[in-house]
Amino acid sequence: MRVSMDIELKDVPGQMLLALQPLSEFKANLITVLHHHQKRTPRKTIPVQLVLEIKPENIEAIKAKLEENGIKVVRVGEHRFRESINVVLIGHVVHTGIQDTIDEIDKTGFAEIVDISLSMPGINLLSSALIRIDAVGKEDLQKALDILKKVSARKDLLMVLPIDIQA
Amino acid sequence: MKTVRCSILGFGAIGQGVAEVLLMKKEYLESIGLEVLVVAVVDSKGATVNPEGVDLADCLARKRTVGTVAIEKLTGVEIIRSIAHELVIETTPTNIVTGGVGLQNMFTAFETGKDVVTSNKGPLTLKYRELMEAAKAAGSNFRFEATVGGSMPVINLANEVLAGNQLKSIKGILNGTCNYILTRMLEERASYKDILTESMELGIAETDPTYDVEGIDTACKLVILANAIFGRDATYKDVEVTGITKITPEALEMAYERGHVIKLIGEVSRERIHVAPRLVPINHPLAVRGILNVASIDTELAGEITVTGKGAGPIETASAVLSDLVAIYGNR
Repeated sequence: MRVSMDIELKDVPGQMLLALQPLSEFKANLITVLHHHQKRTPRKTIPVQLVLEIKPENIEAIKAKLEENGIKVVRVGEHRFRESINVVLIGHVVHTGIQDTIDEIDKTGFAEIVDISLSMPGINLLSSALIRIDAVGKEDLQKALDILKKVSARKDLLMVLPIDIQA
Repeated sequence: MKTVRCSILGFGAIGQGVAEVLLMKKEYLESIGLEVLVVAVVDSKGATVNPEGVDLADCLARKRTVGTVAIEKLTGVEIIRSIAHELVIETTPTNIVTGGVGLQNMFTAFETGKDVVTSNKGPLTLKYRELMEAAKAAGSNFRFEATVGGSMPVINLANEVLAGNQLKSIKGILNGTCNYILTRMLEERASYKDILTESMELGIAETDPTYDVEGIDTACKLVILANAIFGRDATYKDVEVTGITKITPEALEMAYERGHVIKLIGEVSRERIHVAPRLVPINHPLAVRGILNVASIDTELAGEITVTGKGAGPIETASAVLSDLVAIYGNR
């Protein structure tokens, strides 16, 4: 999951190292660092904004470790679901368990099915569904599509993907 | 004036289209210093031969009234071996299982040092490398623009006009029948079966439409592009193929409401060859309607270049044959 984190560093040497060490320890991938040296807080500390790629279960541990190192964590905000695509499914979408299809994606934690349009013209006819998948990032979206591809193959559903996605 | 003696092997729709275009373009060809003399026309029943040049108008008239041009019981291979000429125009029907007579015609042409221009996908899908090697060993020219996208110049555009550009991928609609069916299904909100029947009645789909609707025709064209443009040694087995037979009017409509059309898209790069129905934004250059074909070439230096045109039709396909002929003999 991608999260933003606002921290405050004391204006003494070695503080940045203390901030980055817990991130490395918990294998967080640092995407951006904005170091606002000119914008001191009333407490004379230096605000720093971080964006991290991180496992959700490690957030609290990182926070605790930073606080232990004397670094104030002001805010942690999740950047969820930045990518979104539509996918068409054709086949016996409902009879093969639509809830199960949704669950397979939702349980990943990094992607969700957020909208479904469904058309069932007749009991023996193929139904069609247009689903929207939101995901945290591009890679997560691709992972969600790989899962959907396996589910579709198992349920004999035709999956129609957007042209700009690796099929 | 340079005289190019040629044979037309296969006198179905495409072969007849070539004959018509040669008649139509006689003056143009002469203006660039070429006299194209057809010394033999062959169909499945036999041949008309005249080393001084057959009467193409007469061949067309006889084909349309009698159903054949056959005067002598000669095959393409016999013509290639026995009649002096430089160029074999190979327009026999595509057979992707065995290569059909086209494969024999092409190998025989190269054995005897002749040039080949063809519209026949089968031999190129099956034996691309062997054919190229045979052509090279013989010092023969071998051109096949008409095998992919009819009149739409893809191969020559990529290999000649865009020479020097590294090409990343080609994506497009390479089968007019599928495009027609999907376009009509959306417009009429009609089932796949209904529109397929309509397409057969209009002669847009073949009596056996399997090659088109299962994506096989598109896959074969991609194999040719993979080999001719991306330097691969691919065959049909290397293509992941999904056709359009499962597409429903409801799916088309739902996609359309969200700004997309569903198209059968073929995609080829150095890494993969893939055919499947895809969601294409309505305003995307690949969202062409009806029987049109379209190809978008992603290039290193020039970005995406998209061409569109009629993918089939005797005269349109013959236009690609003509351009290949001029490319070989026009500037020598």
